[in-house]
Amino acid sequence: MMGVLPAIVYIFLFPGFVFLVMYALFFEFLDRKVTARMQNRAGPPLVQPFADVIKMLGKEVIDIDGVDRQVFDAAPVVALAAVMTAFLYLPVFGLSPFGFQGDLILVLYLLTIPTVILFILGWLSRNIFSSIGGVRVITQMFIYEVPFFLALLTPALMAGTWSVSEIVLWQQQNLWFMFLQPIGFIVALICLQAKLERPPFDIPEAETEIVAGPWTELTGRRLALMQLVKDVSLVTGCALIAAVFLGGPVLPWAVSPAWLGNIAGFCLFVMKTLVVLLVLSSIKVATGRIRIDQLNSIGWKYIASASLLQVAIVLIINYRWVSS
Amino acid sequence: MPEVTVPIGPHHPALKEPVNFKVIADGEKIVRLELDLSYNHRGIEKAAEQRDFIRVLPLLERVCGICSHSHSTVFAKGIEEIMQLEVPLRGQYIRTIIAELERMHSHLLWLGVAAHEIGFNTLFMWSWRDRELVQDTLEEMSGNRVHYGMNEVGGVRCDLTPNQVRAALDRLPHLEDRIARYVEMVNDQQTMLLRFKGVGKLTREEVLNYGAVGPTARASGVDYDVRRDDPYLVYGDIPWNVVTDTNCDVYGRTCVRIGELRESASIVRYCLENLPEGPVRANTPKTAPAGEIFSRYEAPRGELAHFIRTNGTNKVERVDIRTPTLANWTSVAMSLVNQNLADIPVIVAAIDPCLSCTSRITLVSSPGGTPGIITFDELRKRGQTRYRGCGP
Repeated sequence: MMGVLPAIVYIFLFPGFVFLVMYALFFEFLDRKVTARMQNRAGPPLVQPFADVIKMLGKEVIDIDGVDRQVFDAAPVVALAAVMTAFLYLPVFGLSPFGFQGDLILVLYLLTIPTVILFILGWLSRNIFSSIGGVRVITQMFIYEVPFFLALLTPALMAGTWSVSEIVLWQQQNLWFMFLQPIGFIVALICLQAKLERPPFDIPEAETEIVAGPWTELTGRRLALMQLVKDVSLVTGCALIAAVFLGGPVLPWAVSPAWLGNIAGFCLFVMKTLVVLLVLSSIKVATGRIRIDQLNSIGWKYIASASLLQVAIVLIINYRWVSS
Repeated sequence: MPEVTVPIGPHHPALKEPVNFKVIADGEKIVRLELDLSYNHRGIEKAAEQRDFIRVLPLLERVCGICSHSHSTVFAKGIEEIMQLEVPLRGQYIRTIIAELERMHSHLLWLGVAAHEIGFNTLFMWSWRDRELVQDTLEEMSGNRVHYGMNEVGGVRCDLTPNQVRAALDRLPHLEDRIARYVEMVNDQQTMLLRFKGVGKLTREEVLNYGAVGPTARASGVDYDVRRDDPYLVYGDIPWNVVTDTNCDVYGRTCVRIGELRESASIVRYCLENLPEGPVRANTPKTAPAGEIFSRYEAPRGELAHFIRTNGTNKVERVDIRTPTLANWTSVAMSLVNQNLADIPVIVAAIDPCLSCTSRITLVSSPGGTPGIITFDELRKRGQTRYRGCGP
């Protein structure tokens, strides 16, 4: 455990709130820039996402007739709080000081909240595009959530722990789960893309079909906050994959002094999350949007089966070698 | 979900021009739809009656921003036929070159739009980038990117210099490379196949029943192309093939358009390499003898028809424009039923709709069915009454 002051610094300054917001907006910039370059466009300048958020925070908030204003104001804040809390349990420059047995489940649970919030926003908007988008959000969630949980719990099965930190330590001693469980790794990446509603899974906000889906009626600071939620979810998702499958921010050998190890760990964190982002951006560029019924059949037929197959393989390995 | 009415348009991100669908959907399935056209009536036909032949061509070119050359060629072709005028061969070759370049830029634009409708923005950006090559060629030849203004009654406005011909030929290999790449992409790209195959089915019988034209019809196995079946310009004398497909869906329409891109590139190459010498324009009389002509042309979107009636003066008495989009609308409305809500944009885009070119007003009294004339003020009053109830 840590003292009160370091804990406050950890939560609010680094790597918590302030750093996280900056890093998330930087991620958005990088994502847009990489996409743009691959599509032969110039892409936005570095300050664009920051400027966007600041501008939107200052814009007028338009209330919809007959909608509970307080719920509409509160929902984005709750979603932002949830994903930011999830980030605190992930290793950034060394293991998370708040880690406990079972924090993997907590992180997965907290990452689900923005999706549910988005559904609520869409449903409350009293706008046909938002409602359809909201229904699509929740339909999509039921498709990717099961394989995503399974894919991320399989490393836990093999490492014999429910704590992200201990999974990271297990990989330090053995091998990255990316190599041990390639099927689970691919499933996790695909499901993360679906969770973040990026192409080919941007079904809930398909702009040519339903304008902006649940986002249609969001204005001003609500829109800014939801945009921030999206970016922070992207960082948290990448960090989760980096921790569980790519060995997290620890070096395979002990480094002294400790601060040097922390700096090296932080560099590893940045590198690994960027690699995951690059993969996600490449998927985004290389695909069009599939339909919700197609996602339903692909998701349950192939992605869920693949994750179950991974679980079965791990169970057999555990039974044969690890337990004996 | 219960049945809901999804309003698409007149303002919607999927639409570039105003049109209104009221889609009645059961969850994600379309039950039926109501179509409302004509938000953008510009009165071009009437304006065309008040200008002489020299000034009417630039006006007709502005019917459409994409197939501008088609509209002026089909009109000039009709008037020349009434005047019994022989257009010099070099002029006809230049018209053909511009026409096929126009088809290429239109199809590349369509490919991008179709990809954008399914959220595949990479192809959208790429095909529009490659379209710039065609646009550059057109700009070099005519001085303009969109409204080339190349046509005159009796020929074309300006000649091609050897330098322009060489520059255009230099660009072609790269363009053909890119087209080959798109052929590959259309056949390999999984998300495109998922979204295009089996979507917006139209059987051959349906196409014939609803009178669809152009790539929409050819994708359902209707082997019909005005360029071959009623040859004009130099299409009768040069080697090229009509592209058809039997997939009957959006995928088939994509294949037809990509195939036509290839054909157009080879037509342009042939014409540039075999450009005959001579004048580009014949001497034309100022007036045309009285007569009627039904002039047809294969625009990028399908068969375009102008009905022209002259009365011995230097103005037309009547010009009636039937754009390919108008012929294709019914087939869209039919192929949308029982499809997914998510497929509306791509099915609509598959006919390459050009809505503002399509708007016509014909006043028909409801019991007798006799056409009549309505004044502008009365039209305005009717519009206000109609939309007063629709607002917030």
